[in-house]
Parts: sequence; C-alpha cells; structure tokens
Amino acid sequence: MSRFGTLPRRLLHLVVIGFGITLVTFFLLRLIPGDPALAILGSSYTHQRAAAIDLALGLNKPIWTQYVLFMGRLFRGNLGYSFFYNQPATSVIAAHLGPTLFLVIYSAVLAAAISLPLGFISGLRRGGIVDQSSRVFFMVSFAMPTFWLGIIMLIVFSVHLSIFPLSGFGAGFAGHLYYLFLPALTIAVGFSTVLVRSLRASTIAALQAEYVDTARMKGISMAQVLRRHVFRNAVLAVIAVFGVNLAYLISGTVLVENVFSLPGLGSLLVNSVFNRDYPVVQGVTLLFALLIVGINLLSDVTQAALDPRVGQEIGE
Amino acid sequence: MSQAWATSPSHALLGVAERASRRSRSTGRRRMILISGLAMLAVAIVLILCAPLLVSKSPTAIDVLHPLAPPLTPGHLLGTDQYGRDTLARILYGGRIDLAIAFGATSVTLVFGTLVGLIAGYFGGWVDSLLMRIVDLFFAFPFLVLIIAIIAMLGPSIFNMFVAIWITSWVSYARIMRAQTVVAKKQQYVLAARTLGYSRTRVMLRHILPNTASAVIIFSMVDAVGNITLAAALGFLGLGAQPPTPEWGTMISDGQAYILSSSWWLATMPGLAIVFVGIAFSLIGDGLADVLRPGER
Repeated sequence: MSRFGTLPRRLLHLVVIGFGITLVTFFLLRLIPGDPALAILGSSYTHQRAAAIDLALGLNKPIWTQYVLFMGRLFRGNLGYSFFYNQPATSVIAAHLGPTLFLVIYSAVLAAAISLPLGFISGLRRGGIVDQSSRVFFMVSFAMPTFWLGIIMLIVFSVHLSIFPLSGFGAGFAGHLYYLFLPALTIAVGFSTVLVRSLRASTIAALQAEYVDTARMKGISMAQVLRRHVFRNAVLAVIAVFGVNLAYLISGTVLVENVFSLPGLGSLLVNSVFNRDYPVVQGVTLLFALLIVGINLLSDVTQAALDPRVGQEIGE
Repeated sequence: MSQAWATSPSHALLGVAERASRRSRSTGRRRMILISGLAMLAVAIVLILCAPLLVSKSPTAIDVLHPLAPPLTPGHLLGTDQYGRDTLARILYGGRIDLAIAFGATSVTLVFGTLVGLIAGYFGGWVDSLLMRIVDLFFAFPFLVLIIAIIAMLGPSIFNMFVAIWITSWVSYARIMRAQTVVAKKQQYVLAARTLGYSRTRVMLRHILPNTASAVIIFSMVDAVGNITLAAALGFLGLGAQPPTPEWGTMISDGQAYILSSSWWLATMPGLAIVFVGIAFSLIGDGLADVLRPGER
C-alpha cells in the first residue's frame, strides 16, 4: 500500500474545489448592478469599447457559454484586460506578486519563531509563568485589529524610536528584510495566537501518549524523549494548523500592505476596488484562492511524508 | 485578528473543550468570567447608545480653533482631530456602526448557518454532500479577500458590507452545526423522538437543536469579535463606512496620517475601543462555554 493512503481522494477533492473557485470568481462579475461593460469602462466608456468588452466576455451569449469562454481564457493565462493600467490583468498582478509572497513567507517564519518556543514551553509547564503570560498576551492581541497593531508598531518603532522605516519595500534582500520587519511582525503576532494555542494543546497530548512512557521505561532521558518524540509529534500537528490558517495569513497581508503602503497584491486589490478595475479584483481573488488550495495540498503531502499514520485507516 | 477563527471553527471549539477540561475552578469564579464580559459589553452599549446625553458635542462638529488638541484638554477628554472634532464623541457615535455589525451580521449568519448545518447533518446523502461542498468552497477563499471582492462588485457602503458578510460568513456555523448534528442523530433521544413519529422538522428544531446549539452560540461570540475587527478593517480600507460618518476603522485610518505630527491619540483611541469590546465578547464566549457545557470532560 502506498503510504499516501487517502491522498488521491484529497487530490480529487482539491480539483473539484479548484473548479468551484473559478465558478465563484466568474459569477463575481455578475454581482455588478447594471451593465458590466459600463462599470468596467467607467469614464472611458465608448460604444466601440463596450462592444469589444461584450464580445470579449461573451456577454451576448448564454451564461454557460460565457463560463466556458472564461475558462478557455483562464487556461491561456488571460484574466482579462485592465483598463486602468492599460495592460493585461495578468501582467499587473505579476508586477505586484513579489512583495506579497515575500511578506507571507517572512511572517510565517517569524510566527514560527515566536510560537514554537512559546507553545512548547506552555505545554510542558502548564500554568507556569510562560503559559500564563502568553495566554493573557494573546487574549488581548486576539481582540486587536491587525491594521491597528501595525499602526501602533509604526508609532512606537518608527516615529518615536526611529528604528524602522515608516513605509516602503526596500532594495535587495537585506533591504526587504529590514523594511518588511514591522509588517511581518504585525501579521506574525496575530498568527501566533492560533499557533501557540494548538502547539500547546498538541504538546500536552503528546506528553500523555503511551510512546512517551515506553521511551522513558526504556531508560531514555527526558530531554531526549522531549526532543525526539514529543516535539516532533507536536510540530506535526502545527503543520496541519498552518495549512488551514493560511487564509488568515493572506487576509493579514492585505491589511498590513495597506498600512505600510507596500506595493503588493493587497494594496493592488484595494486600489482596484476604487478604480473599478474588475478584472484585476477578479484575478487577485482567484490567485489567492488557488494559492491556498495549492498550499493546503502541499501541507497534506508534507504531513503524509512526515507521518505514515496520516491519511490511513489504521495506525502502524 | 479573528479571521483565523472564522477559517477554523474546529480550532475555536478545540480551545473551548480544552479550556473546559482544565477547569477546576469554583462555579462562582466561572460565573465571574461571564458576568465580567457581560458587564463590559453592557458598559459599551450604554455609553454608545446614550452618547447624545454623555457628550455635548456633535461627532461631526468642526472646531477650527482647537485642531489636534491632545487628550485631557479641557472640554476634549480624548483630544480632537485635524478639524477639531471631539475624539470621544466620534468614538461613542462611531461605535454604533461597529456594534450594529457585531449584532446584525453575526445574528443573521448564526441563524442561517445553523439551519444549513442542521439540514445537512440530519438528512445526510446528497443534500449533505452538496451543502458541504459549497461550504468547502467558501473556505477556500481568504475570508477578507472574498468580502473585498464582493464589495468591489456591489460598491463600497455600510449596507453592502452587511451583505458581503451575510453571503460569506454563515459557513463556519454550518460546518460546526453539521458535525454536532451527525453525532446527535445517532443518540437515543433522537431515535426516541423519531420512533414517536414526530416530523423531521420537529425532531430537528425541538430535539436536536436545543441539545447542540451551545457550540454555535459559543462560536458566535468569537465571530462577533471577528465581525467588529472586520467592520473596522473595511472602514480602514475605505470600503465600509464613508466619511464624515464616524466609525472606529475610518477614524484609525484618518489618524494614521497624523502619527508623524505626534498626534498619536487619533489612531490609538478608536483601536482601544475595539479591543475593549473584543475582550468583552471573548469573555462572554469563555463564560458561556463554562455555563452551557459544564460537564464537558
């Protein structure tokens, strides 16, 4: 039997979801009240252009034909034309992809650096000082809006202490690391709330597992057991949480990019709402959703590779 | 911060169950959590509803003589903004929109999502598959991005903000309620009710719902925190409340322009209001978890 157990079924499920995503994105444009061509063109409306859009989107055809056309264009990498930027939506989106990806990965790394030690220690010493103080801290930070926390960081670290820049993306890898530190930290603090809780819970569960007793009875030192058995199993559980909560990370990115004026997809999305640049809104939404499906798949595969029990009916 | 919870209700539940198991506190202390949360929320509601009695100034009244007055200035307890508008008055009046979202958006999605979950869990089969695939689909999108996309198409306004939340945010409740119903369906009391020949509607609404509703009710408190931060976030992005209407998120957004001129209170104060109300709802959720499911583990 393959060690990937139910993975093929998960794959099929993801393909179905992928198609569902395209369907939702397609129908988003139908939410526009009135004539989409007029809404897309706005002030640059001319009859010729409107006719061109009607033809391109197939607005004069039945709705299912329109969806087939939409999918056809999508497979050729065509998300429509941005009349605001006067370029294909795909190139506009590609130009804003870098900062967002950098920020998402950066904040995921920071969140891991914050929550791995905190969650593990909280689980080992329940009710201890680390456990208590991190619980209070995260209860407060849970109620804090991400964008507000970002502004508070700006007030403290950029305006008063002048350690970090107010905005911007920086140049070069080191520059990005420096400029994006506050934005990434803002997202990471929020994300850690979830990670610390689940890491704490899974550490407690792992500590009570029978294999810990077995290992101890074999005469292996506690430090060794913690490192080789408890920590490993606890981290596995967190990988699953990571995948599930990626959507949260992306929502945080959208807000934080707007606070720190970063030229990423989040800023692009919000600006495109005001520019009534519907193809770009549609494209960014689609891209984010597909990204999440992709990462979830990756998380499933990683778990299956790391832990033979995942996705199988019976344990070892 | 709370979108994370909306994307993983099971996780919120996990936290609740875990907290319940840890309890060795006296009943009185448990009640205290709920009571302090309710008290905080009551204070917030009274202050916000009675704003006209508490502050003499209008939230949109411009005072050109006192722009950017710091907190504790006589007559302006929390200072003024760039137009000399009173920050306290704006926070109290602005809270109306945020609380309206907390109650108005959350209650509708709670009822609708619960019914969908109940139907999916009870009927099973293709009804269940269809409804749950729709739920999965919504979860595939980053919550905030989908809401922004819907508002983009409908046009930015407070009402459309409600619509966007109504469309998207019932799915968490449906998922939680379905899981509860699937378990409850096999229990003796449901079998008994069915044996007595009660109609499906009666079994679902009179037997299963009262016994399983605690999970969605507790989650709705977490969701309310999420909806307040969401309303503020949309206001901040300019996609919710529109100026000069005071709203906490738009106030923070306006205030950000003045952090360099060390007018820190403009962006800070409305955020503290959000944190206060958010903690109130979190405490109520925690307290309800203790009161509604005391025997848990």
